[in-house]
Amino acid sequence: MRAAVIQFPGSNCDRDMAVALGRFSGNSKPAEMIWHKESSLPDGLDVIAIPGGFSFGDYLRCGAIAARSPIMQAVVKFASKGGYVLGVCNGFQVLTETGILPGVLMRNAGLKFVCREIGLEVTTKDSAFTAVYRKGEKISVPIAHHDGNYTADTDTLNRLHGDDRVAFTYTDNPNGSVDDIAGVLSANRRVLGMMPHPERINDPVLGGTDGARIFEGLAFGLVSA
Amino acid sequence: MKARVHVTLKNGVLDPQGEAVRHSLGTLGFDGVNGVRQGKVIELDLAETDADAAKTTVIQMCEKLLANTVIENYAVEIL
Repeated sequence: MRAAVIQFPGSNCDRDMAVALGRFSGNSKPAEMIWHKESSLPDGLDVIAIPGGFSFGDYLRCGAIAARSPIMQAVVKFASKGGYVLGVCNGFQVLTETGILPGVLMRNAGLKFVCREIGLEVTTKDSAFTAVYRKGEKISVPIAHHDGNYTADTDTLNRLHGDDRVAFTYTDNPNGSVDDIAGVLSANRRVLGMMPHPERINDPVLGGTDGARIFEGLAFGLVSA
Repeated sequence: MKARVHVTLKNGVLDPQGEAVRHSLGTLGFDGVNGVRQGKVIELDLAETDADAAKTTVIQMCEKLLANTVIENYAVEIL
């Protein structure tokens, strides 16, 4: 699995993500980093991660400026050709702002920044990201965000549920997200956006391994693909 | 030429920040505020001198960046 992490000014989970992707790729080295001003991606990439953080200071709307940066046009092209993309937290916001994923992440209903471990239910097995979990399995993953309140119009929600594209739901909704949605998949099931941080919980030294199988599933899915 | 863009939440989209402002107004003794919706005003200073052309361009700016049309409406004023 050859993976890369996009870096924006204000990204702050980029190195954690690179370490996680590197380890599960079977490399000792972290995944490579790509600066947002690049306009093309290296050849031969299998996975691109858009990391958490506060790209461009969350100015205008979270993820809005990053979504219009030169590299994101290349990422949109990569995704449309069937490349795997994982967006976590601010990365999820960036993916919705580009339109790769539907919906939008608004200010938390409680108006507070929420930073704690949260229960998730794995709601589909039908994606590389979730294939190694059991459907309905409960896992515990950290969240840390101010704008994670997932919203979409009724048609979009019906489509997401009907096509089994909700990847994770919260067991105890921390932010007001509609239908407890914590993560969604693209129509081709190769792009996952999620607010919780699997890169922070995939090694016993980090205090848990509940996020590890997202990376294992990606690596395994790519080997078998 | 100057332009002013008002970005507002669409009807039916919950506005937690507006709700917090409404509560705070109630705390200050301003009774009878039935609802508060918070939006943004963006002022642009443009090189364009033709009002129609400016408006067309600013609408494109709104569609591409200034508003997220999933949840927001926008209105363009040329000044």
